[in-house]
Amino acid sequence: MNVPTAYLLMLAAVLFSIGVIGVLLRRNAIIVFMSIELMTNAGNLAFIAFARELLSTAGQVFVFFTIAVAAAEVAVGLALVVAIFRTKHSIDIDQMSSLKG
Amino acid sequence: MTPDLILFALIAVLAVGSALAMLFSRNAVYSALFLVFNFLVVAVLYLLLNAAFIAMVQVTVYAGAIMVLFLFVVMLLGGEQISGKPSTKWQLPLALIFGAALLAVLGYMLLFRPAGAVSLPAVTADFGSPAVVGSELFRRYLVPIEIASVLLLVSMVGAIVLTRPEKGKPE
Amino acid sequence: MDVMHALETGTAAGLFAYAPLIILFPIVGLVANLLVGRRLGERFVGIVASGAVALAFVVAVVQFLALRAQPEGARVMVADWIAIDSLSIPWAFKIDSLSVTMMLMVSGVSALIHIYAVGYMHEDVRFQGDPGRYTRFFIYFNLFVAAMMVLVTGDSFLTLFVGWEGVGLCSYLLIGFWYEKGGGGIGNALAGNKAFIVNRIGDFGFLIAMFLAFWAFGSLQFDEVFERAEALGPAGAGVLTAITLFLLVGATGKSAQIPLYVWLPDAMAGPTPVSALIHAATMVTAGIYMITRNHVLFELAPFSSGMVAWVGAATALFAATIAVGQYDIKKVLAYSTISQLGFMVAAVGLGAYVAGMFHLITHAFFKALLFLSAGSVIQGVERGHHHAAHGHAPPAGAPFDPNDMRGMGGLAGRMRVTFFVYLVGAVALAGIPPLAGFFSKDEILAEASRQNPAVYVLLSAAAFLTAFYMGRQIWMVFFGRPRSQAAEGAVESPLVMTAPLAGLALLSLLGGALNLPGIHTLGHWLEHTLGTLEAAEFNPAVALVSVGLAALAIGLAWLLYGRSPLAEGQPDPLRRLLGPVFVGMQNKWKVDELYDWLIVRRYVSLSRFLAESVDGRFWHDWFHDSVLAQGFRRSTSWLSYGFDLPVVDGFFNGLARLIGQAAAGLRRLQTGYARNYALALLGGAVVVLGLLLFG
Repeated sequence: MNVPTAYLLMLAAVLFSIGVIGVLLRRNAIIVFMSIELMTNAGNLAFIAFARELLSTAGQVFVFFTIAVAAAEVAVGLALVVAIFRTKHSIDIDQMSSLKG
Repeated sequence: MTPDLILFALIAVLAVGSALAMLFSRNAVYSALFLVFNFLVVAVLYLLLNAAFIAMVQVTVYAGAIMVLFLFVVMLLGGEQISGKPSTKWQLPLALIFGAALLAVLGYMLLFRPAGAVSLPAVTADFGSPAVVGSELFRRYLVPIEIASVLLLVSMVGAIVLTRPEKGKPE
Repeated sequence: MDVMHALETGTAAGLFAYAPLIILFPIVGLVANLLVGRRLGERFVGIVASGAVALAFVVAVVQFLALRAQPEGARVMVADWIAIDSLSIPWAFKIDSLSVTMMLMVSGVSALIHIYAVGYMHEDVRFQGDPGRYTRFFIYFNLFVAAMMVLVTGDSFLTLFVGWEGVGLCSYLLIGFWYEKGGGGIGNALAGNKAFIVNRIGDFGFLIAMFLAFWAFGSLQFDEVFERAEALGPAGAGVLTAITLFLLVGATGKSAQIPLYVWLPDAMAGPTPVSALIHAATMVTAGIYMITRNHVLFELAPFSSGMVAWVGAATALFAATIAVGQYDIKKVLAYSTISQLGFMVAAVGLGAYVAGMFHLITHAFFKALLFLSAGSVIQGVERGHHHAAHGHAPPAGAPFDPNDMRGMGGLAGRMRVTFFVYLVGAVALAGIPPLAGFFSKDEILAEASRQNPAVYVLLSAAAFLTAFYMGRQIWMVFFGRPRSQAAEGAVESPLVMTAPLAGLALLSLLGGALNLPGIHTLGHWLEHTLGTLEAAEFNPAVALVSVGLAALAIGLAWLLYGRSPLAEGQPDPLRRLLGPVFVGMQNKWKVDELYDWLIVRRYVSLSRFLAESVDGRFWHDWFHDSVLAQGFRRSTSWLSYGFDLPVVDGFFNGLARLIGQAAAGLRRLQTGYARNYALALLGGAVVVLGLLLFG
């Protein structure tokens, strides 16, 4: 597909911003996680775009690793959420404000 | 208006739309499903960008494993509606402002700075194929592979430990 | 005799080394009595005390013998005392004829009086009601003897002064022996105070003299000072006059001359042995001894010598007039002592040092005798009072005073021995030959007639009055009919008291042999110390005049008191004869009152002013309390409330508050909501991006 890299990157930026908004605005912890995945995904897209432009496999390899890490992160993160749910009986991140100063 | 651009525009709209839908959906399950859709769209895009292997990985791992895990947890905990007062009043306006600012900055950077080549260079047939990526991985990036495997192991153990029942308390 | 001589010369130096024992024996005695006296009883105390003084007398005799073999005497060093730069005052004894004479007299008379006191105090502590105080008396008595010996054997002004102060202290302790008795419950203590304080004035003069001597001559040792004074010659006339005048002040204090004699009559408040020993025979003679010791200085300062003679003569006459008007038996003797001391002082003032010393010794004999006999009389009357009181109720009227002669009379028959010895003493004092007093007094009069007719007249008048008041006393006390029940019941004193009296009477009878005219035994003896004797030839005219005056005086006394003896309550016939003059005599010419008004009251009001106004109100109340304390309080209050609290505290409190507020403000960032943190992250990221892009 012969699309200027800039457009691809713009798409990635938009997706990223949406992810950011999601993190900031949603209160459901799981939705927040999903927004974080969205952000990661947007980053992956940028990598692939550059890999295509520069004909470098390194970008794709990096995405591979990113996905692996994202998997690990999700596993632990959701385990955390479950563990928190056990005590707090809620996944509203606004209720996890014990660090309130 | 090349066909490539139109195709790209379509894909972009789908991706952004599903993302927004995920964002604004009140039902957590719907949000997860929208995200799955978003991932699939992005996988298609990968394919079009000659990253076949990665596309497959995206579908299997991201959309297949990670999102399934998400759905599991959503089902487990219930995607109940979170109601109540927002924590801080200024969160929403500020978030929007900053988000917009971010977008603006990125946009400026991407569109008005000297961009790269308008047209992408030619690519070999096996660029992005599993063989190429695989050989690249296991040759140059062997150590990171191993480390990634250890990382996955650690996260597995972590997940198990975190979700273990407390001592004396029956699960 | 040759062998003895050889022996004596050979061992003379060795014998001199025993001199310090003369002080040590009394000290050992007093320490022994101090430690075990009370437990071992009166007999032990008496024996130890008297024995110590007797041993001191033995030492004095040994020194005498040694000195005869080696007439230059010796200087016995005991220890170093002060050694600062050029001032070196060791503790040393000066053994020469003058000091040995004094040693013999003091220890001998002291020994006799100690024995007397054993008996006297035995009765006195029972009269006064505190038998436990017996030991204390003898401790003080021995201490006195030790101090007197220090005074007499001192080799320098300073060691003499140590003894000087020591005897002053013992005098104070012994005058106030019955400190809770006397007029108003503190009369005796007040008398002690008076003695000490008046003596202090004299001591001050002595100190000034010492300072001047050191300043002028660079030393305080007698020999060195005399050498340098003679070497100084006429150039030192001024400083020598000053020194000797201040020495005179010291002598007037200790030897009770005008104007510092006022303490001696009051000192009669002490027990009679005290009056005899300290205030008749020994302490009061210290002034005369001191002047004789410093004869070199006095010979070089004729003006001071003249002053000394005048002071002595005036005192002699003045005191004699007061003695005529006294009713207290001891007061008569006290003023007599002052008068006789005046004789001695006049003698040394005229340069007749030998005559002065001679009279000093004879006066010690018969005055001690008179005082002790008076004590015997007083105790006899007290015994009579006790017997009378046991029989019937005490007579109404004035409280019983055993010393008052108006309550005596007719004691000759009742107290035979006392009467006899008293008579001997009185005749000796009056100057009737061949008793001791005649020879010594006559020598003084002869010298006076030769040198200073005015002084001679004064002294002769005093001699006349002396004979008169002694006659008055004899007839009032021993003759006639007893004027009170106490006198009627008077009983003789025990042997322990009368034996020493006999001894002293014997000395009074024979003492004239010490320095008979022509055979100046004492004079030659003292030559070694005092220089060649200018022997005044015996002046028969003077002798006749003095004997005649004495006989006249005794005749007058017989006329007034002997022919028609006083009856009970009858006033003194002199009152009728002399009128206001007699009242003046009786009231001691109001000298004490004059001093009180002139000096004491002014001083007390000055002290009170200084204490209350200056020290109290001004210094304490105003300065300390208002200015200092208040000022301090105000300044610290300002410092604390005005400065420390608002400024310093305020600064730091403000700083803390500022930080607290900043923290409180910053704390609001920590909402605890992850989303807010994420927002912050985003904000930061946007800013950084912007900076990277556009910065």
